[in-house]
Amino acid sequence: MAKMIPMNMVSPPPDLAAISALQSKLVSALRPILPEHALLWEPEDTIPYECDGLAAYKRMPLAVALPETEEQVAQILKVCFAMKIPVVPRGSGTGLSGGAMPISQGLVLSLAKLKKILSIDPFTRTAVVQPGVRNLAISEAASHLGLYYAPDPSSQIACSIGGNVNENSGGVHCLKYGLTLHNVLRVRGILMNGELVEFGSLAPDSPGLDMLAIVIGSEGMLAVVTEVTVKLVAKPKMARVIMASFDDIEKGGNAVAAIIAAGIIPAGLEMMDQATTRAVEEFVNAGYDLEAVAILLCESDGTPEEVAEEIERMTKVLEQSGASGIQISKDETERLKFWSGRKNAFPAAGRIAADYYCMDGTIPRRHIATLLKRIKAMEKKYSLGCLNVFHAGDGNMHPLILFNGGDPDEWHRAEEFGTEILETCVELGGTITGEHGVGIEKINSMCVQFGKEEIESFWGVKAAFDPEKLLNPDKGIPTLSRCAEYGRMRISGGQLPHPELERF
Amino acid sequence: MSSSNTDPKIDAFRAQILHAAKNKTPLSIEGGGTKSWYGNTNTYSKLDTRAYSGILEYQPEELVITACAGTPLKEIEAALKDKNQVLAFEPPHFGEHATFGGAIAAGLAGPGRISAGNFRDFVLGTRILDGKGQDLSFGGKVMKNVAGYDVSRLMPGSMGTLGLLLEASLKVLPKPAGTATLRCQISQEKALHILNEWAGQPLPLSASCWIGNPNEEGQLTIRLAGAIAAIKAAIPLMSASVNASEVDPQSAEIFWNNLREHQLSCFGNLAADQTLYRLALPAACGPLTIPGASNEIVLEWHGQQRWIKAPGDEATFTLIKQLISSHGGHATRFKQGANVNSAFERFTLLSEQVHSKALEAVQARLRSAFDPAGVFATKRLP
Repeated sequence: MAKMIPMNMVSPPPDLAAISALQSKLVSALRPILPEHALLWEPEDTIPYECDGLAAYKRMPLAVALPETEEQVAQILKVCFAMKIPVVPRGSGTGLSGGAMPISQGLVLSLAKLKKILSIDPFTRTAVVQPGVRNLAISEAASHLGLYYAPDPSSQIACSIGGNVNENSGGVHCLKYGLTLHNVLRVRGILMNGELVEFGSLAPDSPGLDMLAIVIGSEGMLAVVTEVTVKLVAKPKMARVIMASFDDIEKGGNAVAAIIAAGIIPAGLEMMDQATTRAVEEFVNAGYDLEAVAILLCESDGTPEEVAEEIERMTKVLEQSGASGIQISKDETERLKFWSGRKNAFPAAGRIAADYYCMDGTIPRRHIATLLKRIKAMEKKYSLGCLNVFHAGDGNMHPLILFNGGDPDEWHRAEEFGTEILETCVELGGTITGEHGVGIEKINSMCVQFGKEEIESFWGVKAAFDPEKLLNPDKGIPTLSRCAEYGRMRISGGQLPHPELERF
Repeated sequence: MSSSNTDPKIDAFRAQILHAAKNKTPLSIEGGGTKSWYGNTNTYSKLDTRAYSGILEYQPEELVITACAGTPLKEIEAALKDKNQVLAFEPPHFGEHATFGGAIAAGLAGPGRISAGNFRDFVLGTRILDGKGQDLSFGGKVMKNVAGYDVSRLMPGSMGTLGLLLEASLKVLPKPAGTATLRCQISQEKALHILNEWAGQPLPLSASCWIGNPNEEGQLTIRLAGAIAAIKAAIPLMSASVNASEVDPQSAEIFWNNLREHQLSCFGNLAADQTLYRLALPAACGPLTIPGASNEIVLEWHGQQRWIKAPGDEATFTLIKQLISSHGGHATRFKQGANVNSAFERFTLLSEQVHSKALEAVQARLRSAFDPAGVFATKRLP
């Protein structure tokens, strides 16, 4: 795809000899710190690290370090700090915004080997874990105590808690149980200069400004996470889900608002459009109503008495909102069946199209129908299909744009399609990213959501933690010159969001 | 994005900020003045936020309210009550004229904090004027938003030392369908134990308060909130294990409100040489013995927030800080008796805590990024 890039946009060819010299210097500086197997620099070893879950953007790093202790993390950072080599922290590499994409003249710092659950305390309902521990592994380890870790991103089987902290990950249950921010008490980390710090504490608050709040969701740009203390909550005794069909998108959107307005906070409130239900039904045979324009999944959890009361209230609201069909899960098997389509929306998209591009905007709930109609029009404009799945309860939507990556023009259109969706989210009073992060992918859209002064302030925050701007410096926050360039590109039209990057 | 609409009131704030920046004289931000005794004292000139008042947007089905900093807190709570919604973390007013902005700057939370979360958990977005007079907006009005650093959530508890808050959007929640309050006599140790056990079970436990003498039985009051059926099922279960009885709803409401507002008798009668200390502690911390403390103590948040009255001198505070830090918490001089030196530092410093020394430099740089001239450098929060 490199041939598509207009010549005037290509950065000067990298000086290979200089890069190779820098690589040798870095490798010899890191060797004394790390065991042999924990430092990779040959291309065949580092190629698995060239991208994260957003495979469209890739770059090769100078080297990859896989420390096994917190002390090694600190020493690696001290070396890079002294050599002024940028560092890209990486968890499981499941991120969807390119936040862990390497920097050509930088180091990838993988925390994957720090994967011990250090302690679980049922009395204080807390677990202390290393950053490489998988999200789901925490809940599994606490399960016998009747406890679990609430945030459940779709990738929870693979994604790491360190990555969750950096992205402030959500999931299908965060309307009721909160995001990572609401479920983490303390983060231990290393600053770029190698200093150990703790953000937050086991107490309900800490002295000074609330820095834990700004570190969570900071996309690996402020500190490298080496230990996380999470809150565990009591496992609900049971859960039931209502599956409601709607013959009109407007009615479905209004039903979401009506449930909230009735004073109910469902454990999960998800919406799928017709294109999605048709795609997933073929895949999972969950018995979805294929005639429905939209399907709502509305879950209640708690004690049996609580669930019975809430299901009754929710059913009433859904009926009043004009649902054309309502099914309530009879048992756990049926509940999981109803959910199976929603949980498999991504693989189903992968089945009906060669590639899909997952977006992550958030809008006020009342605009759900408006946005869906606008996306419908964009499908025509870009001649590409789109499946819409929503965390409807919190207005966070994941349109999956279907395209064929083998066709450069289709990928180009998919990117433009995605950018237009995000800009529509901002226009409707929402945001360009609800839970996937800005990373490298949405860095231009940041220029649309924020003004020059806010972006300057973000750089001020960055510099407070990392004055040399060495920690994941090309992610999350655009430079002002980048925004100016993007503004010009938008006027001239038709340019790729990232002409400097190699694609596929 | 920066708001383009100009408001003469905001222009006046900006003029005051730019004037202060030029003269290198900090401004002490104030709303209704109901918490003026909280935090380190200063004699700088005031910036009064009350002119900028009003609810800007409130749509109950969005669970979000946006209001100006100078809006009376009671006006916000009345608007929410009208739609059967609440600020679930129950910020204390400490006076009739408490403002929205003042409550955010203080960052304090009431009895519901232990189950609902703290103030910053509910902040979705803010609009501020920084020390250069720049009009900045962070976050937004939606539940999930990870675009840019979450600067908004730095505002609760920042005590006006980071910037001038103009507006904020908060997440609100429906009022629980039902509530019930239970009360029993129990020792501090047993209370701490049973509260933590309950908190790990699927029970609708929403708040707790133990009041008594450290070595005797005291009064434990607990609040249940949630689905009516869940409360009905929990009452016999929880009552039986501690021999508790139900408090009538009206007295219960008065009790929880008095606790939130520090109107219970145990918060009164602060002797002239005493300080009311606030202790923030991990759940694991058992009963503590504080030298020189008055007999009656108050435990909230299942023991994670404790109130004690003890001598206000430096030596006592040093001892308390050491003891609380050794348990992984921190202590605050919350309220001072008439004869306690008002110049004393009220907070535990970052440098006094393990592993937060490096944060001191980060925090200083963070403040100067928003406020290079030190317009908000009142040291009200160190």
